[in-house]
Amino acid sequence: MATDPYTEPTNAGTPAPTPVLSLLGASKTFGPVVALADGTIQLVPGEIHALVGENGAGKSTLVKILAGVHQPDGGQFRVSGDDVSFRTPADSKAAGISVIYQEPTLFPDLTVAENIFIGRQPRGRAGLINRGEMRRQARELFARLGVPIDPDRVAEGLSIADQQIIEIAKAISLDAKVLVMDEPTAALSGVEVERLFGVARSLRERGAGILFISHRFEEVFALCDRITVMRDGRYISTHVTADVTVDEIVREMVGRNIDALFPKSEAAIGETVLKVEGLGRAGVFRDIDFEVKAGEIVALSGLVGAGRTEVARAVFGIDRYDQGTVTLDGKALKPHSPQAAIDAGIGFVPEDRRKQGLVMDLSVAKNATLTLRKSLATFGLINGRTERRVAEDWSKRLQVKTGSQDYAVSTLSGGNQQKVVIAKWLATEPRLLIVDEPTRGIDVGTKSEVHRLLSDLAGRGIAILMISSELPEVLGMADRVLVMHEGRITAQIDREAATAERVMHAATASVNLATEGTAS
Amino acid sequence: MTTTTVLSEKTPAHERRNPVAAFVRQREIPVAAALVALVLITFAINPLFLSPQSVKDLLLNATIMIILAVGQALVVITRNVDLSIGSIVGLVAFGTGSLFNIAPGMPIPLVFLIGIVFGGLLGAVNGLLVTLAKVPALVITLGTMYIYRGILSTWAGSKQYFSGDNPKEFGNLSVDTFFGFPIITIMAVVVVVVVAVILGFRRGGRDLYAIGSDPDAAKLFGIPTGRRVMAAFIACGALTGLAGILYASRYNSVGALTGSGLELDVVAAVVVGGVAIFGGSGTVVGAAIGAVLLSTITSSLTATRVDKFWQQAIVGVLILAAIVIDRVVSIRNTRKLRVKEARDV
Amino acid sequence: MSETLIDTSAAPKRGLPRWLRGNDAIIFAVLLVVILVSCISVKNFASTLTVGFLLIQIVPIILIAMPMALVIISGEIDLSVASTAGLTSAVMGVLWRDSGLDIGIVIVLCLLVGVAAGAFNGFLITTLGLPSLAVTIGTLALYRGLALVVIGDGKVSNFPTWLTDLSTAKIGATGIPVVMILVLVVIAFFGVLLHFTPFGRGLYALGFSKEAATFVGIRVGHAKFWLFVATGLVSSLVGVYWTLRFASAGPDNATGIELSVIAAVLLGGVSIFGGKGTIPGVVAGVLLIGTLTYALRLAKVPETTLTIVTGALLVISVVGPSLTGWIRERIRLARVRREVQRLSTSGHISA
Repeated sequence: MATDPYTEPTNAGTPAPTPVLSLLGASKTFGPVVALADGTIQLVPGEIHALVGENGAGKSTLVKILAGVHQPDGGQFRVSGDDVSFRTPADSKAAGISVIYQEPTLFPDLTVAENIFIGRQPRGRAGLINRGEMRRQARELFARLGVPIDPDRVAEGLSIADQQIIEIAKAISLDAKVLVMDEPTAALSGVEVERLFGVARSLRERGAGILFISHRFEEVFALCDRITVMRDGRYISTHVTADVTVDEIVREMVGRNIDALFPKSEAAIGETVLKVEGLGRAGVFRDIDFEVKAGEIVALSGLVGAGRTEVARAVFGIDRYDQGTVTLDGKALKPHSPQAAIDAGIGFVPEDRRKQGLVMDLSVAKNATLTLRKSLATFGLINGRTERRVAEDWSKRLQVKTGSQDYAVSTLSGGNQQKVVIAKWLATEPRLLIVDEPTRGIDVGTKSEVHRLLSDLAGRGIAILMISSELPEVLGMADRVLVMHEGRITAQIDREAATAERVMHAATASVNLATEGTAS
Repeated sequence: MTTTTVLSEKTPAHERRNPVAAFVRQREIPVAAALVALVLITFAINPLFLSPQSVKDLLLNATIMIILAVGQALVVITRNVDLSIGSIVGLVAFGTGSLFNIAPGMPIPLVFLIGIVFGGLLGAVNGLLVTLAKVPALVITLGTMYIYRGILSTWAGSKQYFSGDNPKEFGNLSVDTFFGFPIITIMAVVVVVVVAVILGFRRGGRDLYAIGSDPDAAKLFGIPTGRRVMAAFIACGALTGLAGILYASRYNSVGALTGSGLELDVVAAVVVGGVAIFGGSGTVVGAAIGAVLLSTITSSLTATRVDKFWQQAIVGVLILAAIVIDRVVSIRNTRKLRVKEARDV
Repeated sequence: MSETLIDTSAAPKRGLPRWLRGNDAIIFAVLLVVILVSCISVKNFASTLTVGFLLIQIVPIILIAMPMALVIISGEIDLSVASTAGLTSAVMGVLWRDSGLDIGIVIVLCLLVGVAAGAFNGFLITTLGLPSLAVTIGTLALYRGLALVVIGDGKVSNFPTWLTDLSTAKIGATGIPVVMILVLVVIAFFGVLLHFTPFGRGLYALGFSKEAATFVGIRVGHAKFWLFVATGLVSSLVGVYWTLRFASAGPDNATGIELSVIAAVLLGGVSIFGGKGTIPGVVAGVLLIGTLTYALRLAKVPETTLTIVTGALLVISVVGPSLTGWIRERIRLARVRREVQRLSTSGHISA
């Protein structure tokens, strides 16, 4: 079913002959990790082209190559038929490519007009900036886009939707030939999405090529002319939207053998450990009810931005919540106090290892015992011997590969760093372990080690709440899958009933399937 | 998607543009108001406060601070700071004294040029270290503060140059007036206007705000951040050099200790003038007003016979008030945003 | 600390105590070299007199450097320390002159002044979330100003002589000032606090990443608040000491030492970005500046050259690491590039 990657888009039914953007077989590696093996995309003027794939399929690496943030190791990259190689984002911009990220980076202290024109403000006499002219041009841009934003207000405090519109205005004023929108709708509400689509369609009419990256199929199918699917860093296929169905696309995105990599041994499921009832935080998530039992791995699935991490943070006490209760082993947990959560027996392996999980400059030993600071101390003093013994014990059990316990944890590989993070929580002998994206950025070998470890822990009666964006991981590991969408749990699927299609549909809120899933 | 109905009332992304409101929202307004209030209250208590002679003294006292604050503001706007300016003032002031000592007949404009270039060079050393080493300017300029001061003390020893040693015309600069305004004050005003125009209306000037607002984003945008920060340090050094020359003209003697301790006063003036300590916003006009406010307080206290010992404490309170007000405003904006986002979901 | 337990691999550089490795080792080595060179080449350096003068000179700096190190490690800064000392001195003078209280009570009240000053800083920084740099520039002016308000430009100097004598007294013939006992107690307290308590562990985490600290249950605001209180307390202790040593309470006591303290702390290997640094390193940093100053002075090098040396040391100590870091990064990148080439020629590894 997959069409030939190098087919000229004309074959696919779109008229224009020369692609405005053409990336063929681009590759990018980071150390031993191959982030992109075959990045291929062709964009013709006057089309909206969707790029879809699971998290980790290589979409964002591809976008960063287009934006000039990364330089590809190989492959062919052409803009309007000319070979290009960008060294900086400025080069990409100069070539006529504008990239709009999920969260735009505006200068908060500058005015809206200035954010659009920074570095190329219209000038009048004596090389001075003509503010009136700048304001007029900005206003004209917003008029064309049909959105009323005051060009004179500062960017600080603008909603994400307005910030994106400003980025689009900037792209128009730059006369961009290619507009790349990386999950632009993730943080938008219904009306804002409609507005964005209107803008995108009018740009298409003006002959721009738009690359639209999204997880939401209803949007992809409503807006885009063609769809390109990626999986595992590789190009899979390109379709004309009218010729395919959601199910076909989902199958291409997921299509691989899952079970082999993720060994989940059966564990005896025990008492309820964590019980969350009616948890809500204004504007973030609401009506969250679920429980995790001893020996059970519960996956919290859903798209980035669905509110998964936020729920976990609230449970652990990092963030406040407005409603609801959290109980651990039948006892109510004090809100907004990580220390209380730790004392009650919760461990949290956070998603950003480098910023949240570890103190990179501290030694392996000190990191591994950071959670034990209090219990390791006798008469208020930390006993160095005990500390090192505990650290070494856990390092050995988790097979952390390090030259010495004294080495700064920053010298370890990503996988070994993650083991240190897990070790520091296991050292607290937790009842419940929350793991957020436990294998992100880890090589394949260590990945399965981490999976085996989680499985072992469950076997020993620890309750595990796992947040993961990787479907195979979710399906392979979880006894139960909770799917979140826009701040709510939209489906609860048991291991036997969980399929990639089902989870994906619930996560993208194709509602009928989600309810079917809940019934199981 | 249930909230679509709520939202269809239309998100008020567009805020009415009211010129008066926009004016009042300027960051300089609180300082300027404080200055006006201070002057008026002092005048009400002691009408002599606004006599021509006393106004002249007031302006003369403020002049050097204004120029220093303008230079410092340039650096602070880029999310940096220059603590070495006290030492630069000392070096240039003493240098000016020695120049006149070696070559008494040297034309005054040439002396100005030499002093400004000298200051600029010292600023360039700071800029080079900050942009190359990627260490916070606070530390680098703390180091160069010592180094420059050490060079000055080695050079000066116990030697001092007195105003009597300088050519008369040079000393007159800070005595003569032009329509009632001291000449050096007019120079300071020119400096403020020129720098304000550059910062407000040149692309390079606007880049400084972008850099201070978000240095990483600025780099992504292709703004030459290194060059711009470098330029800000050189300009700060050059202006500080100018202030050093004027210092030599205005004060009785210059020696090894000239200008020490000035740096924190100047940073204080800049912060009080509404320049955010972490860059990105504020204007040199604000910084200049901050400088005038701080130097006027001393005179006000004397004129109103308030214990002069209160002066520094009041300066401290002003600085704290400036940052607290700034913070409260930004908290209120964030809260507004959060409420709005909550409505959107 | 014991090395015997290391079995994960060959432990490097056995023999040296752990705290003497890495950055600290460099500072100590430089310090030793300076002392040795001074002993050999500077006349009169190697004497008990030296020890006395040198040590008494650095007392204020080393005292404040202790809590300051903790503050900077946790990612903040306190510029108001010298003003706090000045305010304490002023309060001490006025209380002694006007209240008729016992000197012991006066000193206790003075220390409370420091606690209050530190708590005010801490309140503004942790509760209102203001940047410590800006806040303490403000309180730098405020506390110095209050000192002036309290005592005016007067001086109080009739403190009990047994106390003022004590402040410069030596322990027997060793030449070591009695006050060094107090200094050692303070060093030990902060050294233990930073290196051997759960609180100290938390500070590193805090300075490196507030988020990482929150995730292990550290109460960020709480910890910072108490650090500022500690800094205020020690600063007022220095204020009291300064007053007694010079037998004079005035508003301008200890002016400007905040920058010397910070310079010494940074020279001692504490990172201005937070998260890095040790108490032994800071002690070595203070001693290095003190010894160098004293030796050069004995060697009749003009006082003024010393300032250059201090400044240059500070700049080198911060530029040096980022320079070596830059070089190291270059080497690493080159290696990665080679690796990638090797991989791409031998075929892709799927990830």
